[in-house]
Amino acid sequence: MKVLLSWLREFAPDIDGEPEDLAEILSDLGLAVEELSHVGRGLDGIVIAEVLATRPHPDADRIHLVDVDVGDGEALQVCCGAFNMAVGDLVPLATVGTTMPNGIEIARRKMRGEWSNGMLCSGAEIGMGDDHEGILILEQGLSLGVPLAEALGIHPDVLFDLEVNPNRPDAMSVMGVARDLAARLGVPFSVAAPNVDEAGTPAAERASVSIAAPDFCQRFGVRVLDNVPSGASPRWMANRLLAVGQRPINAVVDLSNYVMFELGQPNHTYDLDLVPGGELGVRMAHRGEELITLDGMARVLTTYDGVIVNRDDEAIGLAGVMGGASTEISADTRSVLLEAAWWDPMTIARTARRLGLRSEASARFERGADPEIIPMALDRFAELAAALGSTTAPGMIDAAGNRPESNPVRVRTQRVNSILGTDLSSSEMTGLLEPIGFACETGGDSQDFEVSIPSWRLDSATEIDVIEEVGRLHGFSKIARTVPVTEQAGALTPQQQDRRRVRELLTGMGISEAMPLPFLAPGDLARAGLGDDGITVTNPLVAEESIMRTSLRPGLLKAVAYNAARRTTGVSLFEIGRVNPGGGGDLPDEGEHLAVILAGQEATAATTLWRRLARHLTVTRTGVVNGPVDGLHPGRSGQVLADGQPVGALGEIDPQVLDAYEIDERVAWLEVDLGALLAADRALAPYKAPSRYPSSDVDLAFTVSDEVSADEVSATIAEAGGELLASVSLFDVFRSDQLGEGQRSLAFTLRFEAPDRTLNDAEVAKARQSCIDAVTNTHNASLRG
Amino acid sequence: MAEPEQLVVEAERQAAAATTLDELSAVRTAMTGKRSPLVAARKALGDMDPDARKQAGQALNAAKASIDEILSAREAELAASARAQQLAAERLDLTEVTEQSASGHLHVITQTWQELEDVFVGMGYRVAEGPEIESEWYNFGALNFPLGHPARDMYDTLYVDYGEPGTTLLRTHTSPVQARVMENQEPPIYVVAPGRCFRQDTADATHMPVFHQIEGLVVDRDTTLGDLAGTIEAFTAAYFGPGFTSRLRPSYFPFTEPSAEFDIQRPDGTWLELGGCGMVHPNVFEACGIDPEQWQGFAFGFGIDRLALIRFGIDDLRELWTNDIRFLEQF
Repeated sequence: MKVLLSWLREFAPDIDGEPEDLAEILSDLGLAVEELSHVGRGLDGIVIAEVLATRPHPDADRIHLVDVDVGDGEALQVCCGAFNMAVGDLVPLATVGTTMPNGIEIARRKMRGEWSNGMLCSGAEIGMGDDHEGILILEQGLSLGVPLAEALGIHPDVLFDLEVNPNRPDAMSVMGVARDLAARLGVPFSVAAPNVDEAGTPAAERASVSIAAPDFCQRFGVRVLDNVPSGASPRWMANRLLAVGQRPINAVVDLSNYVMFELGQPNHTYDLDLVPGGELGVRMAHRGEELITLDGMARVLTTYDGVIVNRDDEAIGLAGVMGGASTEISADTRSVLLEAAWWDPMTIARTARRLGLRSEASARFERGADPEIIPMALDRFAELAAALGSTTAPGMIDAAGNRPESNPVRVRTQRVNSILGTDLSSSEMTGLLEPIGFACETGGDSQDFEVSIPSWRLDSATEIDVIEEVGRLHGFSKIARTVPVTEQAGALTPQQQDRRRVRELLTGMGISEAMPLPFLAPGDLARAGLGDDGITVTNPLVAEESIMRTSLRPGLLKAVAYNAARRTTGVSLFEIGRVNPGGGGDLPDEGEHLAVILAGQEATAATTLWRRLARHLTVTRTGVVNGPVDGLHPGRSGQVLADGQPVGALGEIDPQVLDAYEIDERVAWLEVDLGALLAADRALAPYKAPSRYPSSDVDLAFTVSDEVSADEVSATIAEAGGELLASVSLFDVFRSDQLGEGQRSLAFTLRFEAPDRTLNDAEVAKARQSCIDAVTNTHNASLRG
Repeated sequence: MAEPEQLVVEAERQAAAATTLDELSAVRTAMTGKRSPLVAARKALGDMDPDARKQAGQALNAAKASIDEILSAREAELAASARAQQLAAERLDLTEVTEQSASGHLHVITQTWQELEDVFVGMGYRVAEGPEIESEWYNFGALNFPLGHPARDMYDTLYVDYGEPGTTLLRTHTSPVQARVMENQEPPIYVVAPGRCFRQDTADATHMPVFHQIEGLVVDRDTTLGDLAGTIEAFTAAYFGPGFTSRLRPSYFPFTEPSAEFDIQRPDGTWLELGGCGMVHPNVFEACGIDPEQWQGFAFGFGIDRLALIRFGIDDLRELWTNDIRFLEQF
């Protein structure tokens, strides 16, 4: 929403101060100033010129040569990058020596060998509209060589570009912004009643309105105007519209826009001759009903759209969104029906969104226009039109739909202060509210008061809404800052702390944290050997973001492939992230996984990593069970157990999957359900004092079938060794022809000790034999040498 | 029989000739062992008359002491030289290291996330979490966005194919965690909720369809807008450092009223728009089963990703997601 300072002053002449200060105040009122600019400044040296000829540049395609006349009859050559002018057009020329509003100085210079004596200007370059592309083509009849500002009647002004929040329907007008600013500045604010001279047949005899959708249309006002102007609007009006970013079209359209910007009330004109009997109606559209809108498009409507209809119940306009083509005014139009109505915000929002027809008008109706401004908007249009020669038929048609009662809001002074943290009296509060039209009534001894919400604040209806206004007008910056004190000790949950410990462990092991996108493309899971796609996103912008992941594997494989493609192999990465395996509850199941990818490493690297992780987290009853896992090397994969239950898998990525990702190295993999892992039994074993007596080590090597895992043999030894066995560790593995196909040697060191004595040879020998017997019997193994 | 003085001279000669500790050990045996001339001379003392014996004994004792001293000195010399030789032989160029980058790196988002958590934990907050795939109710309904409300359009929501159409979505903000916490915990409540959020957006330097936010929620007996402003200010000082200040500007969010944007002012005077905040709307309290006449509260939220970009001087959001090791290992 762009507003000019001069326009604001028409409602509050005493608004004064530096533009930068006013911008600060507007921001502090919740009307954030996105840009502050000066209109009509820096136009010195820019004059009216006529295009005499255009010629191609002999040595450049993107610029051409334009000869212009600045009133002396001489052809002045200018190089220009825009091609939208024709011979005879009037254009703004920045003459040599001019300093442009953006600070650039115009000099006579050669462009690719051709002289350029100045610069032709676009609208944007001189603060007249947003058009950067073409040169601004001026109206005919201006005197050549005259300064642009003088010729166009441009006065220096200040333009504020405001960001207006959805809860501020009032601030979508110059009047509303002026009201807020005047209230904060403590200067008078008033709206002059338009002066309308009426003549001829009363409007009520020439037009009528019937409302068949009274909830959708709360109010529908009409005036009838004759002898409407057919030419351009006056220059001052066109200048203002240009400044706020609205291209002038013709007098009637410009008047309509001007009134909308000024008062916030969108309005529409119908060619009266094209509306039989001047009869207008309002109803909801029929399903599939068609309407050709002003832009020439055929619109297919639904029962959620509101339409204006003629006497024959034919739709002639899409209410609040866009007029119909059949009643459009033209150069021949003599009399118009001028409509100003109030439409249901949600309906307008829905229609505008569905049809992609958001406009300045729909933006205002969506927020909730002011039903009380309708008569004034009609009058203001009539007043401005009269200055251009039109006449106004007596009277106004004011059709009513269902207008909800608005009840005063009871506001508790104590409550206001309690929410805001202020110490304002009720009279200070009402003093803040009254200037923005919130009429306050204090009653008797009570500190509380009743507020009548103004019709232009559809967003306000409850006590908290009024409290917000008090805070806003008082100024958030004036509220004393305090920090609440809690008795609660701040802390991370054990799970949150563990997550950090996992991250520290992994980074400590030289593994960096990756952050792949959590979305997948269709087929990504299959490519990673993981089966069907997971939950789908119904409205993704691209297919690559259409599937929710069930595993962290595709993302990390992609990361390894990405780095490999950039000649970095051997990358080690981990990720902790959410996955959605499916589920049947109110929401899909959502788990937190930890995955580690070790490029250039074999499967056992993942086992080592898993053991360190499990030990770091003091997880009990952990293990690795060899066996095939989807997408992993069938002979180098297995499940991992925590607390005896499967919590994930590890191994090496299946070579076929690696091929699909164009990865040329072995890749070790671990993925666990971190939530399940952290929830597993993690009690430390009961404390045992270290023995003060010497221990004895025994080395045992067995020939064991490949079908039996080293872990299983180790577990058997641990059980057989009983209390005297302090530790057992695998220290050597080898295969040989002597041992035979499918067999290998596993060598363990067993350490025996007792807490209360030095073990004698007989005791150690006995324990040793128990271990040998257990392994040979249980695993069909044999003791070597 | 040799004179004691000659024995000393001989010991001195032999000790000097010994070049290793083993050779020296042999010299010691030869000079002071059981078969040494010194011991023989001592045995011969018994045959002397007392006067001569006393004199000769003293001479032998002095010679023995001298020899021991010579041998000890030589031993220390040889030991020192042996150590020096060994150390010299063990010399290493300490930059001859083939193992690369010993330590991994936490992602910049994690680093920023944890720093933010730490600041708020230090202020007495707990850390809450919620699901990333969320129900329409928690993302919008409980937060005072009625069905069909235009404010829902401010969030370009991604929906997932689960349950009835339009009921399940990828959360557009961390605010649903507010509602979940209020449903599950009696006030007073002091929590922050960092998390991953989603929106229908085309990836470019400043937008991603996935991003991270941190949400704060305080509910207590008499929590005020002044408390909110003070908390933002305290956070600003704690996280950004001295010289940084904050301001609130009135704004609009359905789930808070009054609502505000908060900006951070850098020491050089420039402003950084950081996030949104406000007093918890009474409708939100009611939707979560908390009596708004008994409890008051504030909420705030802001993006983590942009803070990470600023903190580490990164100029493109997409870099966060490429997992290029040359990126990850810089932080």
